[in-house]
Amino acid sequence: MTVPPLRDARARLSGWGGVPQAAEYPVAAPRDAEDLRRLVGRGDMIARGNGRSYGDPALNRHRTVQMSGLGRMLAFDAGNGVIEAEAGVMLGDLIAALLPRGWFPAVTPGTRFVTLGGMIAADVHGKNHHRDGGMRETLRWIDVMGAQGTVRRTSPGEALFEWTVGGMGLTGVILRAGLRLRPVETGWMRQTTVAAPDLHAVIAALETDDAPYSVAWIDSLAAGADLGRGLVHLGAHARLRDLAPGMDRFPRARTGLSVPVMAPSWVLGRPLVRAFNRQIYRRGLAAPVSALRDWESYFYPLDRIGQWNRLYGRRGFVQFQCVLPEAAAVKGLTALLGASAAGGHPSSLAVLKKLGPEAGPFSFPMAGWTLALDLAMRDGTPALMDRLDAIAIDHGGRFYLAKDARLRAGTLTRSDPRAEAFRAMRQDQGLRAAFRSLQSERLEL
Amino acid sequence: MSKAAVLVLGGRSDIGLAIAHRFAAAGHPILLAARRPERLADDAADLRLRHAVAVSLMDWDALDPVATEAMIAALDPLPGIAVCAVGLLGDQAQAEHDGAAAALVIRTNFEGPALAMGWLANRFEARGSGVLVGISSVAGERGRADNYVYGAAKAGFTAFLSGLRNRLARRGVQVVTVLPGFVQTRMVEGRALPPRLTATPQEVAAAVDRAVARGRDVVYVRPVWRVIMLVIRLIPERLFKRMRL
Repeated sequence: MTVPPLRDARARLSGWGGVPQAAEYPVAAPRDAEDLRRLVGRGDMIARGNGRSYGDPALNRHRTVQMSGLGRMLAFDAGNGVIEAEAGVMLGDLIAALLPRGWFPAVTPGTRFVTLGGMIAADVHGKNHHRDGGMRETLRWIDVMGAQGTVRRTSPGEALFEWTVGGMGLTGVILRAGLRLRPVETGWMRQTTVAAPDLHAVIAALETDDAPYSVAWIDSLAAGADLGRGLVHLGAHARLRDLAPGMDRFPRARTGLSVPVMAPSWVLGRPLVRAFNRQIYRRGLAAPVSALRDWESYFYPLDRIGQWNRLYGRRGFVQFQCVLPEAAAVKGLTALLGASAAGGHPSSLAVLKKLGPEAGPFSFPMAGWTLALDLAMRDGTPALMDRLDAIAIDHGGRFYLAKDARLRAGTLTRSDPRAEAFRAMRQDQGLRAAFRSLQSERLEL
Repeated sequence: MSKAAVLVLGGRSDIGLAIAHRFAAAGHPILLAARRPERLADDAADLRLRHAVAVSLMDWDALDPVATEAMIAALDPLPGIAVCAVGLLGDQAQAEHDGAAAALVIRTNFEGPALAMGWLANRFEARGSGVLVGISSVAGERGRADNYVYGAAKAGFTAFLSGLRNRLARRGVQVVTVLPGFVQTRMVEGRALPPRLTATPQEVAAAVDRAVARGRDVVYVRPVWRVIMLVIRLIPERLFKRMRL
């Protein structure tokens, strides 16, 4: 019997931040590599995982390929913790299947609602990047389908691997991966919280403590002497002996509340954010220094609130995330936080994290400090983002494409000379006509 | 206590796989029967890894009655629950002019599923327990110009299930007829379907699970379809024949 042709449906899509706003795109949904082979090379396309990149990297006007049908876990080696899985597998499902056996992702971003393919394409990093590196370091191999429909298995050190990890889906379609997990004794985290009164104190706390996981929440509206104050969260996987009797060794994820409708714009307006931030900081000051938290509330606090992006209302939000090299970091971060606090558009969430060394030809991380600011989309937001871009570039910084929705091609090139090499590679390999996203078009990648 | 094994006929279909995942998640061992089952090896691995249950694959061609009888006679141990998710929408226009195409739709949607359910019914009856679940279609409730070849075959299957249910009601065997309405599957890929009337395969699987647990006979996946089909059945034929639904 003949296989029915794979047809495109139309679906309303956007990035997680809702900028650009949701629109209809032709979407194909392959179930396996054979299906996919009938799509690649026929006009341009981009693969899409769970749509958790903030802007437009997983959108294509001609064809957006929904990868959730290639979402099978294929093999797990309990001897070395290596899982072989298709790119559409959701990180949360991996945790649900393997945490009860004592394994946890070696690298995880701040949500478990991402696919492995998306994690690889963005070369995501987690709170342990300063010690363990990013997604790249967990990969044994990946299978990539090229523009001609041929599948290549590629490993660290090979050009295809190096460009694909962090290549935003622009080198081919990531089909499968072999990745290493980390053995854990429990599903709990031992978290230590340090309240730091200003930016210097935050940086000092993150510098001195060599905890396996570390990140700082910054009160984005604190100014003057308080600028950059925040709570430094240090974490480590809890040992079995850390648990009290009767505690569930491997707790399951809980489904929490969901934001049912788009919120009005005042919800994340300045007065409420200011009050909220003060409250969080005070609670941090008062909180017990060390506490056990389950893996979900530690790694994925926002996952508890379904559709939390709706809190930003119909206009959505953008995230500014850059990394600044060590040398200029304090000056640069001060300028960024100052500009953001003065902008009249409060950043509702600001996160600072120390990153380890650069790896790979186009991945985001480099040794230094990464700051992420969530900004509701308002009339002045684009101009503020431009100012933040300029400050980052002045201090030797560069930008995280998984979060980007509006960077300009010239800004990208000025911030990161590697963009030219990436463009040249795409040109040489004949990839530009086959794999494109709204983002790659905007950034002329 | 170990859970009853679930046999899914048509294990490669989107609905069949969703049902397999649903029952596997609750701890049921799974048997997937399909043509060229080696193509299901990755899905079997996925089911095992996600749900830590035993999964086996069986070669089964719905269009081969002799092999169907042999396959079901050989089931050992006999599963506790059997679900038939075999279906082929086909192309109505083609089926009007191409006898082979029409026969394929009729045999795939009626002959194959009915014979398989019939043999399973005999074994379940002999054992005195079991659940048979047939995924039929609202298209079988009334013939429409758009898809009456498919609809007629599904009507046949629905009637067959109804007869089995009547026969086995006092024999300890439950027979469930599932009428899904539109479902987002490969079968209808690329068609613009009304979102409120369109279920996901996972919703169908949840409906099957509920129907089995509650001992139901006939279930619609989305309740709205019960109303729609009631209205459609009530339209007098002299009006209906002129309508384009």
